[in-house]
Amino acid sequence: MRDRQAARDARRAREFEAFVAGAAGRLLHAAMLLTAEAPDAGPRARRLLTLALAHTYARWDRLRGEDPYDCARQYLATRFARTTWHRYGAFGRARPDPRSPLAALAPRERLVLVLRLYEGVAEEQTAALLGLPAERVHTICDRATATVLHPDRPAAPRPVNPGTALS
Amino acid sequence: MNRGEREAAVRRLLEQGVAPVPPELHGDAVRRGDRLLRQRRLVRRVLWLLACAAVVAFAVWAADAHPWVEPPSQTTPPLTGW
Repeated sequence: MRDRQAARDARRAREFEAFVAGAAGRLLHAAMLLTAEAPDAGPRARRLLTLALAHTYARWDRLRGEDPYDCARQYLATRFARTTWHRYGAFGRARPDPRSPLAALAPRERLVLVLRLYEGVAEEQTAALLGLPAERVHTICDRATATVLHPDRPAAPRPVNPGTALS
Repeated sequence: MNRGEREAAVRRLLEQGVAPVPPELHGDAVRRGDRLLRQRRLVRRVLWLLACAAVVAFAVWAADAHPWVEPPSQTTPPLTGW
């Protein structure tokens, strides 16, 4: 019994190390895009990623064929959505760094854009993950794409945008 | 510029400037993950212990009180001087 536990721990440690070596770079970049911090220092992104990886580590034995990368990404996205909601309008909310490519976007637009375009998650899955209708995800993604590509254009098609109050 | 081209442009923009992964990330994640596992194990054990205690308490009470036996009737007057 104790032997089996030890063997399982050792296997988990080995597999998890390989997973982190392979996936941490991409996940860290995704987290940096989400938090829109300066590229050289991203304490929030690092913290977010550490939490997501720890959650994946704790679930490792019960994944049952599920992709650990999916698990980590899902946790990252939902955690980011939750924390930005809690920090809405509060002190201590990090301002986006102008060097980040997504600094002009609201947190939810960043989240949708990163999931849809950087991670390549399908529209329906993104919608299910964020609890939004798929059409809404489509609209947010289009609007965010336009804002990123043409940041100087006046924000005419964004009449009711929580981001203007947020950023 | 159609939708596909716009998305490709944004994708290229997003791929730029990849930061190096801090070396202590793996250790931190493992430490936190281990703590999560230990906490969950503890919670599970406590809940099992509570469930077992509840079962034992119910068994003792039932053995003592016999809740399945019909209580003696209290409406019939006692038969005396018969």
